[in-house]
Amino acid sequence: MLGKTAGGLYWMFRFLERSENTARLLEAGFRMALTRSSDAESEWKSVVTTSGNGIGYEAKYDTYTDTLVMDWLLRDADNPSSVMSVTKSARDNARLVRTALTTEVWEAVNDNWMTLRDLLRDPITTVDLPAALAIIRKQSALVRGALYGTMLRNDIYDFARIGTFIERADNTARIIDVKYYTLLPSASAVGSSLDNVQWEMILRSVSAHRCFRWLDEKDMTATAIADFLIFDKRLPRSLAFCVKQTTENLRYLEQEYQERHPCHDQADRLKRWVAGTDINTVFDLGLHEVVTEFIRDNNALGTQIEQDFRFMA
Amino acid sequence: MTKEPTTYDEMIQPDGSVTSPYRTYDAWFKSQDPARLESKSEEAEAFFRRTGITFNVYGEAEAQERLIPFDLVPRILSHREWSRLSKGIEQRVRAINAFIWDIYNRQEILRAGRIPKDLVAHNEAFLPQMIGFTPPGNVYTHIVGTDIVRTGEGDFFVLEDNARTPSGVSYMLENRETMLQMFPELFAQIRVQPVSDYPKNLRRSLSASAPQACVGKPRVAVLTPGIHNSAYFEHSFLADQMGAELVEGHDLRVVDGRIAMRTTQGYRVVDVLYRRIDDDFLDPLSFNPESMLGVPGIMDVYRAGGITIANAPGAGIADDKAIYSYMPEIVEFYTGEKAILKNVETHRCAEPDALKYVLDNLADLVVKEVHGSGGYGMLVGPAASKKEIADFRKKLEAKPANYIAQPTLSLSTVPIFVDQGLAPRHVDLRPFVLVSPQGVNITPGGLTRVALTEGSLVVNSSQGGGTKDTWVLED
Repeated sequence: MLGKTAGGLYWMFRFLERSENTARLLEAGFRMALTRSSDAESEWKSVVTTSGNGIGYEAKYDTYTDTLVMDWLLRDADNPSSVMSVTKSARDNARLVRTALTTEVWEAVNDNWMTLRDLLRDPITTVDLPAALAIIRKQSALVRGALYGTMLRNDIYDFARIGTFIERADNTARIIDVKYYTLLPSASAVGSSLDNVQWEMILRSVSAHRCFRWLDEKDMTATAIADFLIFDKRLPRSLAFCVKQTTENLRYLEQEYQERHPCHDQADRLKRWVAGTDINTVFDLGLHEVVTEFIRDNNALGTQIEQDFRFMA
Repeated sequence: MTKEPTTYDEMIQPDGSVTSPYRTYDAWFKSQDPARLESKSEEAEAFFRRTGITFNVYGEAEAQERLIPFDLVPRILSHREWSRLSKGIEQRVRAINAFIWDIYNRQEILRAGRIPKDLVAHNEAFLPQMIGFTPPGNVYTHIVGTDIVRTGEGDFFVLEDNARTPSGVSYMLENRETMLQMFPELFAQIRVQPVSDYPKNLRRSLSASAPQACVGKPRVAVLTPGIHNSAYFEHSFLADQMGAELVEGHDLRVVDGRIAMRTTQGYRVVDVLYRRIDDDFLDPLSFNPESMLGVPGIMDVYRAGGITIANAPGAGIADDKAIYSYMPEIVEFYTGEKAILKNVETHRCAEPDALKYVLDNLADLVVKEVHGSGGYGMLVGPAASKKEIADFRKKLEAKPANYIAQPTLSLSTVPIFVDQGLAPRHVDLRPFVLVSPQGVNITPGGLTRVALTEGSLVVNSSQGGGTKDTWVLED
């Protein structure tokens, strides 16, 4: 496979993943603002910070309101991570690697772009937001379904999956990082009502508010939630799950190509760290510090993968 | 005094009867509910959008990707019409390859005085780098798209030879695919020669032209300028259909005297490069030094027999519009036969008598730039305003050698599907020809382009033209 094609696949799936995560984050922020209107501005601010590129937002706007943040995250062409921007980038990358995709995957990505382009042509009002987010999520599901259902399990698939999980790990880590202070263990065993709202917001932004309750093993505490988001391998958006997937797909590439690269060692180190650490150690070291380091290592892994598989000349 | 030309319609004769190739289709069409056809037409458009069969339009920020409108009435040629056409095309393509070899080697046709030396020596398409070099298998034009127009039942003319990188073949294939999906019952009633072998034949033809240095099964790649190119869809489509890699210049480099592509497992040799970029951009070391699209050093590798480039650099010398006017002589010189297909009468404005005639008759002529393409930079006299003609006259007088002029041909018409049923529109035809050391292969049919505006003669997709599926009937 061409290095450029591998890169196109990797980025295509990073962008698709980002689109879905942004939609989810926006949904969580929206609920939060609805239920706690007094603090809405700071909640919207944390949503923008979590999605990255808060600097770009502040260069453009002075205040954080639902209308502005929604537009920034959904439609703004100045925001390279807005849903519309990443949807277009995903489709551009899909065009670049079209020969590596099945017709079904290409059509799903193309249809995703056409649908969202129509959906997001005009600003979305708060009344229309839930329906719009539902469409965005559904479109992502269609692309993922086409990928699962039609693609050969070879190197093409591996690069698509690696892009997905590097991006997802980054997203989840940033959600934890922006809200880390609400996840610090407090003296009281049960959180205040304020904590509960914050925790719910965090769980919602990784679509885990119901499954956390379903697991029903622990009380809802800061420690339990942080543990869940970082270490629970059953949660498809936890850091542990993402690292496991990335490592696995890298191992398939090692087997197929009969070649081991520095990125394999880096991924293994990350995996060993996850396996050898528990939530108490994380709190001892400092949640913020640990998550910041994870974000850095995860990004470094992505960069190393780009080099090792020659995405660029 | 100019006589009002009468237009030949390929389906309906002046007495209202239907020509023989269209009879079965006509009966089927009359039995159809127009509302169903209308919905089929919309279905086709949705299909093209979904699959992304689009072309990019330069200079338009919004809606950069456009569809070429597809008309659901096929253009039908009889077996007999096609067999004469294909013989004529094959003859012409063989002559073109012999001509190009001659121009870059012995130049006998120049020495014989059949073509003016200046026309070659001062031609931008002539590449000194090709002098004394013979490409693998002596093939220069691996892919040709000969533009044919028709003015009467038996009157076919070659309008252009397109020996560089002709596009449109993906539309030929997708148009057929669309028709098969929409109207399977038609293909049960009418026996149409298939076109779907084209990608396989293209691959085979390119592989057969592999260079000396090739070891084992030839590796073929398609070189594209990238996703922003107007024909990118076609590049990826062809690569996909052939099972070849789609590469850009920055994916390639010279490694140990060969051209190699950067893969996830290191550099891998390419044997045959089907390039869809112009000569000028191919190699910054040999041609345009600013080019980011090409591969530095590829011309040296090429001349040393390390890679096959299709079409060969410098092949454009044969499809220059000034050379075009000599094509009947060229065919005769190299094949010893009269040309089967006619040329359109062409006035070379470089010649004083011709220039005078052209200036006196601008309102009736089509004037084209010698090196232009895509319908840009041309004057269609009968359709132009007085001001446009006056402006063009100045350009022509300033640089007469840049132009040729042809009479306004009354292109044949084929009906398209409109609200009121069928309505005639002018068409042309681009059959696709593959040349390899093993021979010439012409896909039966080709791309029919149709001017969708009533009375218009401009069929270019960049200027409002559409396409039709083209059927060649089985014997």
